[in-house]
Amino acid sequence: MRAFLVRRVAFALVLVACASSAAFLLTRAAPGDLTTQLGPLAKAAEVAATRARFGLDQPVIVQWARWASRAVRLDLGDSFLYNRPVASVLGPAAINTAVLAVAALAVAAVSGIFLGVIGGSGGPAGVRAAIRALSAVCLSLPPLLTSLIFVFIAARTGLLPAGGMSSAGAGDLSWGAWLVDVAWHVPLPALALALPIAATFERLQSQAMTEAVDQPFVAAARARGVSHSALIWRHAWPASLRPICAVLGVAIGALFSGSFVVEYVTTWPGLGRLMYEALRARDIYLVAGCAATGSVFLACGTLAGDLLLAAVDPRVREETAA
Amino acid sequence: MRRAGIGLLAAVAVVAALAPWVAPNPPDRMFPDLVHAPPTVVHVWDAGPRAPFIHRQRLVSRLERRFETMATARVPLRWFRDGRLVTADAGAGAPLLLLGADGYGRDVFARLVHGSRLTLLLALIATLGATLLGGLIGGVSGYAGGRVDVLLSRVTEFMLVLPAIYVVLALRAALPLVVPPRTVFLSLVAIFVLLGWPTVARGVRAIIASERSRDYVSAAEALGAGRTRVLLRHLLPSARGHLVMQATLLLPAFILAEATMSYIGLGFPEATPTWGTMLQDASNAALLGDTPWALAPAGAIFLVVLAVNLAVQGSGRPQVQLDR
Repeated sequence: MRAFLVRRVAFALVLVACASSAAFLLTRAAPGDLTTQLGPLAKAAEVAATRARFGLDQPVIVQWARWASRAVRLDLGDSFLYNRPVASVLGPAAINTAVLAVAALAVAAVSGIFLGVIGGSGGPAGVRAAIRALSAVCLSLPPLLTSLIFVFIAARTGLLPAGGMSSAGAGDLSWGAWLVDVAWHVPLPALALALPIAATFERLQSQAMTEAVDQPFVAAARARGVSHSALIWRHAWPASLRPICAVLGVAIGALFSGSFVVEYVTTWPGLGRLMYEALRARDIYLVAGCAATGSVFLACGTLAGDLLLAAVDPRVREETAA
Repeated sequence: MRRAGIGLLAAVAVVAALAPWVAPNPPDRMFPDLVHAPPTVVHVWDAGPRAPFIHRQRLVSRLERRFETMATARVPLRWFRDGRLVTADAGAGAPLLLLGADGYGRDVFARLVHGSRLTLLLALIATLGATLLGGLIGGVSGYAGGRVDVLLSRVTEFMLVLPAIYVVLALRAALPLVVPPRTVFLSLVAIFVLLGWPTVARGVRAIIASERSRDYVSAAEALGAGRTRVLLRHLLPSARGHLVMQATLLLPAFILAEATMSYIGLGFPEATPTWGTMLQDASNAALLGDTPWALAPAGAIFLVVLAVNLAVQGSGRPQVQLDR
């Protein structure tokens, strides 16, 4: 288990280093830099002075080496766009994305697993057909479409706020009122992000459940007189968890990718939006910081998925121990 | 269900191919007095059955986007005229707007139909490219084995971990932000191919690596077939099923990727009709509540993705696949 962990952490470090460096170099190589913001009328001397002030006049390699040597000490440089240290801009955005992702994952897991168990363990044919049709539709509705549709519904009915993370003027509210306000804004983007993943979970769980209820140990439990609900939830369900845990790492990746679109459409102030703005403004340190934070999230998600899989499947545990 | 999916895909392909004939209006024609006009209703009943006709819509308030239907006059639809399937007299101020008009007073239906060409062509070419490249890299990796295999497999695995949309975003943003449509098309194809090949390559590598030790390969080699010939003529055909399956997964992903990039303003320019650029009209939440027809491209994307999913049902493709 320790060797496994060491390998995963090493991989995560390589991922973070590669992703952030690649983002840094790519943005540096892109045409235009922050001096574009000085406008077309800026004098050449002013442009040169600005470049020198932020170290943009150095060769790429020197610039990268400077940034990297500070980044390993967790100093990510200053954002041009916000005129603040990158870390202080990244922090809130990362938390916002994490809130959205965790809410979406919870919704997807609970609804997907619940519907999957119902659909896979036999029940009224009508209910099963309805669940099947629902997940078939949701599988063809990626986050871009769900978020647009939800924003439309919200704008039309006014049931939920159509965008943002808090109402205008929420900064003046007390802590409790602010939390309520944010909680009011979470469901729409979280649901938009969760639906396709919930459908995936439902399909996997339903299939695994159909196989699980045919197992001899379920028949044996039934013969002992175990009640139907205990049979399904206590006996068959734990045995059918493996497929979902196996895709959990990928699901977290999908969640992270999907959150970019959802954040953009619903103006959720998260990492995805921040990275988009930073890329457009050629804010190289902020881009690299976003890439680093994103890859940390991704590595943690994959690791969590692997650990969960090891927890439900003894075979994986023995393999990694060996 | 499979038939329905294939039929739907065929219908979309026919409509895209015949776009100029199917669309009632040119996609870039603006009707200044019909900005954000609602869809035209086609009537067949006016005190008795009649040939299909429409009513003229008159702008009442530009600010409130309010229109009045002139129910007194019937404007007949004209069939098979001016090289179009059906149209109405646009000159008289009563064009046939089946899905309403956008913010420039352009026919949403016409733009949808014309936009399908660029969106679908882009996705098809990128799918083809990614499948070919993935097949080739996976094939070489699986057939060569040894160090080449280790290196190519590591690269493949690393690419698979990266969240695709962020890589697309970073690569596209590295290019100049405003570029002509042709450059956008080529660069998006290149970026999509670059991101699409690893999933294909991983599966092909596994198939080729296990096929390599089969007797027919030894037989071909004994007969003097070169390595290239063995790979292309003897080994790769065994991965055909996998290649087709991957292509059906990549196509919807690429359609969506184009839509996303154009929607956020890093794809095609606004004037070029594609499903992505059209979705920009849906980005204003307050406006979207009043003009739901701006979601038409979203409906089109859903239909195509659903059709692909239905068409491959029961063909051994995994029912679910999560994209990073």
